[in-house]
Amino acid sequence: MTATASPKPDVIVIGGGLHGCSAALHLSMRGVRVLVLEKDHVARHASGVNAGGVRQLGRHVAEVPLTVASMALWHGIRDLVDDDCGFESHGQIKVAETEAELETVRARVAELGALGFTHEEVIGQDELRSLVPAIADHCVGALVSRGDGAAIPFRTTFAFRRKAIALGARFQEGGTVTRLARQGGMWTVETADGNRFEAPVVVNAAGAWADRIAAQVGEPVPLEVIAPMLMITARVAPFIKPVVGATGRTLSFKQFPNGTVLIGGGLLGRAVRDENRTELDFSQVSVNARTVWDLFPCMRGATIVRSWAGIEARMPDQIPVIGPSGTEPDLYHSFGFSAHGFQLGPIVGRITADLITAGSTDLPIAPFRIGRFAA
Amino acid sequence: MSPPKSNFDFDIAVVGAGPAGLAAAALAASKGASVVLLDEQVEPGGQIYRAVTETPVRDRKVLGPDYWHGAELLGPLRDSGAVHWSGTTVWSVARPREDAPDGSRPIQIGLSRNGAASMLTVRHVILATGALERPFPIPGWTLPGVLGAGAAQVLLKTSGLVPSGATVMAGSGPLLWLLAWQYLQAGARIDAILDTTPKQNWRAALPMLPGFLRSPYLGKGMKLMLDVRRKLTVIGNVTALRAEGGLAGGGTLKSVVYTRNGTEHRLPADTLLLHQGVIPNLNLANATGCAQRWDEQQRCWRPTTDEWGATSVEGVSLAGDGAGIGGARAAEEAGRLAALDALHRLGRIGREQRDQSAAPVRAALDRALTGRAFLDTLYTPAEAFRVPADDTIVCRCEEITAGAVREAVRLGCSGPNQAKSFLRCGMGPCQGRLCGPTVTEVIAAERNVSPAEVGYYRLRPPVKPITLAELAALPKTDADIDAVFKH
Ligand SMILES: Cc1cc2nc3c(=O)[nH]c(=O)nc-3n(C[C@H](O)[C@H](O)[C@H](O)COP(=O)(O)OP(=O)(O)OC[C@H]3O[C@@H](n4cnc5c(N)ncnc54)[C@H](O)[C@@H]3O)c2cc1C
Ligand SMILES: Cc1cc2nc3c(=O)[nH]c(=O)nc-3n(C[C@H](O)[C@H](O)[C@H](O)COP(=O)(O)OP(=O)(O)OC[C@H]3O[C@@H](n4cnc5c(N)ncnc54)[C@H](O)[C@@H]3O)c2cc1C
Repeated sequence: MTATASPKPDVIVIGGGLHGCSAALHLSMRGVRVLVLEKDHVARHASGVNAGGVRQLGRHVAEVPLTVASMALWHGIRDLVDDDCGFESHGQIKVAETEAELETVRARVAELGALGFTHEEVIGQDELRSLVPAIADHCVGALVSRGDGAAIPFRTTFAFRRKAIALGARFQEGGTVTRLARQGGMWTVETADGNRFEAPVVVNAAGAWADRIAAQVGEPVPLEVIAPMLMITARVAPFIKPVVGATGRTLSFKQFPNGTVLIGGGLLGRAVRDENRTELDFSQVSVNARTVWDLFPCMRGATIVRSWAGIEARMPDQIPVIGPSGTEPDLYHSFGFSAHGFQLGPIVGRITADLITAGSTDLPIAPFRIGRFAA
Repeated sequence: MSPPKSNFDFDIAVVGAGPAGLAAAALAASKGASVVLLDEQVEPGGQIYRAVTETPVRDRKVLGPDYWHGAELLGPLRDSGAVHWSGTTVWSVARPREDAPDGSRPIQIGLSRNGAASMLTVRHVILATGALERPFPIPGWTLPGVLGAGAAQVLLKTSGLVPSGATVMAGSGPLLWLLAWQYLQAGARIDAILDTTPKQNWRAALPMLPGFLRSPYLGKGMKLMLDVRRKLTVIGNVTALRAEGGLAGGGTLKSVVYTRNGTEHRLPADTLLLHQGVIPNLNLANATGCAQRWDEQQRCWRPTTDEWGATSVEGVSLAGDGAGIGGARAAEEAGRLAALDALHRLGRIGREQRDQSAAPVRAALDRALTGRAFLDTLYTPAEAFRVPADDTIVCRCEEITAGAVREAVRLGCSGPNQAKSFLRCGMGPCQGRLCGPTVTEVIAAERNVSPAEVGYYRLRPPVKPITLAELAALPKTDADIDAVFKH
């Protein structure tokens, strides 16, 4: 399959994760001809294997305007991509195990309130117990964001792809972009299998490999490759609706409608990105298991049937790179989501499309500029 | 012998105490390596020699002389000094860590024993995890009363149990005949054997017959089949099969419906034993990251190995049926080869010594494998039984039908891993053991490409379920380990 027969695209998107697919969708909705180049297959990496958490709760303040705007898109996800993506909104809860932790979450709500955001609230022990009856007795309260929820990652990314294709986008899988060069207002993009593609604009949505694309245009970034781990249990009787995290330790805990329980929360294995491979670290997985043991006594006898890790990019300040390149015109970045980029997928694609088609966006993206790492 | 640094530190771990593992552990330990043999069964012996020291079936005639050969492997193991941890489930084998401070590249093994999980550190692993029955997905195979012939044999070997009531066996392959014979010896009732071996397989296998005529199994196999045919009703050329329950869409098994020469027949049955050969149990090797390839002749995935059983992962080798089906005697010899190579890699014997010791073992291995190609070709299951029709369940854990898999292919799923993400098939407690080969073949057939091209599940530890409690209590230091895990 070669692209030569088809008309030249207006934009080449590198990377078929949720961010690449979302950019492709939003651009296609505006009549822009898009070609997505993906080295493996769509949703093969972080976007297909993540925990599916759709969370505004507890985000870095710089991300709050984006997360709120993205949440609005999530609540209308079927209108956007013609598929509900398995999205369910039963809220997300961050449990406080001590009075001191409760104090921290109160300060958080105050900080957000001062910025004009009201989606996070503090709840006391009684309401926590009614929302999460299975929570351990020692928990004193929590921070909640009632509009949050979870979706099915692979299905979501595929839905974005399907809709983009329906609107005219093309996807080429199985070709690694190896070279990027710009001449006379045109980008030439070469893949390892010997194909060449041309377009006036390029989007770098290459996830954990995005630093290599940036380096091609003289724009090195301090991207760290990480391997967040997840595990899943055999089915247990339904007992919890919201997604639960913790304040003092890392946790992401949710039950699927089929009864299986997903346990994760930022603990890391090892990533070997050149081989698309991760190694689990069971001493870390066991830390996660210990947290669940403490917070959900009813889960102590549960059986773990599977665990895995995905490859993701993390930036030193834990927030992504979004926006135009600092060295080349007509190149846009969207990567480095630091293990919480799934929820941002719908909006960041729109922002990228805004930047490309209108030259600006109405959301504050200055904190995410790539130039912030320059010495 | 190099003294282990702790009770959780060995030169070599052998996973699986069947013929391959027993031979490997005994040989490696006899040459001075510290060896731990891990097996989830309470007794050594693997599938073929299952419960050989304990079986209540004391009449030697019932299980046959091949079974009792297993006992001969136990003496050398005992004398070798290898440590045998029975009742130990291995759920993870990690590749050597590149970043160990002393450059030792240790391999960590996750295991559960006596309800506690722990990690073991070794320098070499020999996986001898044996075979699994090939899935045999027919309509109704999930009904109570329908089970694998291998599972039934386990009950016979370990508990002396045979089915009661009307019993039908169906499928093809040597093991089906062996079990029928063992049941006959045990005085069990078998109403009929429905032989699904495709007629045309005979034509394909014929050119390989000369090899088979020299096989050590020929005489035994023929005698056994003749014996069974004389005493039982064997119905050949069965091309379609269905299990029916007493209630519409369910209940327990009431009858078996089969098609022969285009006509449907019905047999009442309380038990239906299904079997269409065995395939390598590669879950642990796959989850460890060992490269694997599609074996067109045996129609299964098998890990890629060199002539010593070494895999693509440093420090991990394979022996026995887990590397490709070769039978018990071949497994034993392959275990010895893997042990010799491991000893060489650990610097305990030189290359020359390894090669010299290996020569007679290799000759024995070749003898044991003589005639294998004939059996593999003759007993290749029919396409209809490998690639079932739409309404047949393929993934039992998640109740996913072949039709759902085909639908996913039409939605853009190109391989088993995408089907997994789409449908959750292969995501249940069995981790794809029961559906993997079928899902591969269904997708390949639907896309009209070879199974090699569609690939197989990427599996992940734990390859056997463990409890949250076990994992939460995973000891962190050697002292913790010794405290919870006395042996
Ligand atoms: C285990 C885990 C759990 C997580 N849980 C959550 C959660 O609950 N909630 C949440 O919001 N976020 C979560 N995340 C984070 C989220 O998954 C990621 O932030 C998000 O998916 C990133 O999307 P992406 O498109 O940037 O990257 P990816 O999905 O990794 O996509 C990048 C793609 O680019 C391709 N590519 C790379 N280089 C090239 C090249 N040279 N040529 C062609 N293609 C190339 C890759 O093959 C890849 O498919 C989790 C992540 C992991 C790993
Ligand atoms: C159900 C069944 C019955 C069979 N019966 C016969 C027979 O009667 N006669 C015959 O000639 N052939 C039989 N075979 C074929 C046969 O298994 C062999 O040819 C022979 O046993 C192969 O020896 P092996 O050492 O490779 O593996 P096996 O003998 O199968 O030994 C593998 C061992 O590994 C252990 N193991 C596997 N995974 C793990 C793990 N994760 N943790 C701990 N332990 C593990 C198992 O408990 C088992 O004891 C049978 C196969 C099956 C599947």
